Amino acid sequence: MIDWIPTYRLRSALSILLWGIANSAYGQIGVYMETEEFLAAAFPNSEPRIDVIWIDNDRREVLEDILEHPVNALRMSYWISGDKSAWILDEIGKDKPITIGVVVQGDVIEMIRVLVFREIRGWEVRHPFFTDQFLNARLADREQQEVRLDRSIDGITGATLSVDALRGVAEVVLFLVQELGSSNE
Amino acid sequence: MQRLIVLLFFSIGALSFNVVAQEAESVEEVLQRQQDQIDVLQEQLDATTDFLEARSVTQLDRTQLRERDASSQTSIGGYGEIHYNNLDANDSAKDIDKLDFHRFVLFFAHEFNDRISFFSELEVEHSLAGEGKPGEVEIEQAFVQVNLSNEVAIQSGLFVLPVGILNETHEPTTFYGVERNAIESAIVPATWWEGGAQFVGNTAAGLSWNAGFHSGLEMYTSGSNAFRVRKGRQKVANAIAKDFAFTGRVRYTGIPGLDVAATWQYQSDPSNKAGDGLDDGTLIEAHMIYTSGPFQLRALYAGWEFSGTAVKAAKADSQKGFYIEPSWRISDKWGIFARMEDVDGAVSLDQFEEFRTGVNYYAHSNVVFKFDIANRSYDLASKASSSDFDGFNIGMAYQF
Repeated sequence: MIDWIPTYRLRSALSILLWGIANSAYGQIGVYMETEEFLAAAFPNSEPRIDVIWIDNDRREVLEDILEHPVNALRMSYWISGDKSAWILDEIGKDKPITIGVVVQGDVIEMIRVLVFREIRGWEVRHPFFTDQFLNARLADREQQEVRLDRSIDGITGATLSVDALRGVAEVVLFLVQELGSSNE
Repeated sequence: MQRLIVLLFFSIGALSFNVVAQEAESVEEVLQRQQDQIDVLQEQLDATTDFLEARSVTQLDRTQLRERDASSQTSIGGYGEIHYNNLDANDSAKDIDKLDFHRFVLFFAHEFNDRISFFSELEVEHSLAGEGKPGEVEIEQAFVQVNLSNEVAIQSGLFVLPVGILNETHEPTTFYGVERNAIESAIVPATWWEGGAQFVGNTAAGLSWNAGFHSGLEMYTSGSNAFRVRKGRQKVANAIAKDFAFTGRVRYTGIPGLDVAATWQYQSDPSNKAGDGLDDGTLIEAHMIYTSGPFQLRALYAGWEFSGTAVKAAKADSQKGFYIEPSWRISDKWGIFARMEDVDGAVSLDQFEEFRTGVNYYAHSNVVFKFDIANRSYDLASKASSSDFDGFNIGMAYQF
């Protein structure tokens, strides 16, 4: 056995481990923000209504260009009050969907939150030290062919795919908000 | 005659009026039926919308951007890389001209519930495995993770050790160069996995930590591979477990673009054999990755200190190396890099300086074509006379 660790210490460590597993909190692991909590933070002074945007072929083409994979959604629902909208989308990071909430005021991101994170690695993307990079981000240039943020988002080693998922969802939401504006003009 | 014409005219007029009236009535009926159908469809649409909207209020109404089998909690991923090496050594007999499907890897993961999940990595190296063949089939990861809370989890099974840059994240689309850096081969023997258990934790401030007990090395103490760390990996294949090891790491990623980490590992007997002149070993590894826009700088140091009469006599008691790699992501598609390494391992084969520079072309964020030129100079003059090389490498890699 580990000759530099007395046996009683090893037993103690194992006992603490088993006690920890047995007594760990029974809340839902991986859920960092509930929908109601997210909406309350997004719309503190108003009651948003729910609306939908249909994903026609033109919009689907743009979404697939942003995300670099096929998009199957026919429509997307969102909450809206005035010129502020809130969206909740699932995008896969490495192999599991990350549930991401995005709030857009006008045409800029006011808030982005990881509501549910299920991956084994890449947890960093759920913390403000990473998500704060998206605050006040908007689309770079409406005349460009490619839909991209107006800033670079610094990645995290070992979390590249999770970072890409958040960046992609941010761009998708800003594009759809832009589409809502266009259809109302 | 005139009366007859007038009568005929009125008769035709009355008949036409009757037909027109009948047609108008018919069109009206059709329109009414269509309107009825529209009303029914509208009611159904409204009901559907009401249902979906009601559902979205009470549940997480998330739109899945990528299709996923909702009935299954099992997911599959993978990566692979093929390399062409064209390296000219001082002694032409040691030239390397080869094409190799270096790694073919499949990931399998499964969520038992929100608390317990499984992750695995199955690899075929060098395309062909078997007796006398160049490759191997290896299980590089197979562990169960139990989330104790949102901040702390325990992993149990076969896992890659938390050391270095590439050991945990070795998908070829994430690094520059056709071949991996040499430090994380000779000094940190990536990919390096062991069996055991480790705690993993993270904080909102961007600090994370690992602490694990696991199987240890079985290093040779004699022969051409004596004290070479890489040759001591047991790969959890009927591994001798007389002496375990401990690995601890702290990592800070609290500032976007900055990744700083340090690992300490203790091997109570790196040969798992008492009295052979190799008593214990300590590994210290530290690295930094700094990214600012398109610019990135990677730097890594790793060093072993071994105790024991045999390892000291072989002058292999201190093994270390470092590398530094600046890179520039010119666009979404192109990136360039340069890497300088200095390796001081156990034997002359692991003692050299290497310089490599090249380019990555990303056809897709998960598909990359690579090209680099490399130069290696061995420290010992006898080695330099034959094995020093210059050359180029071409590679293609993917992940999904």
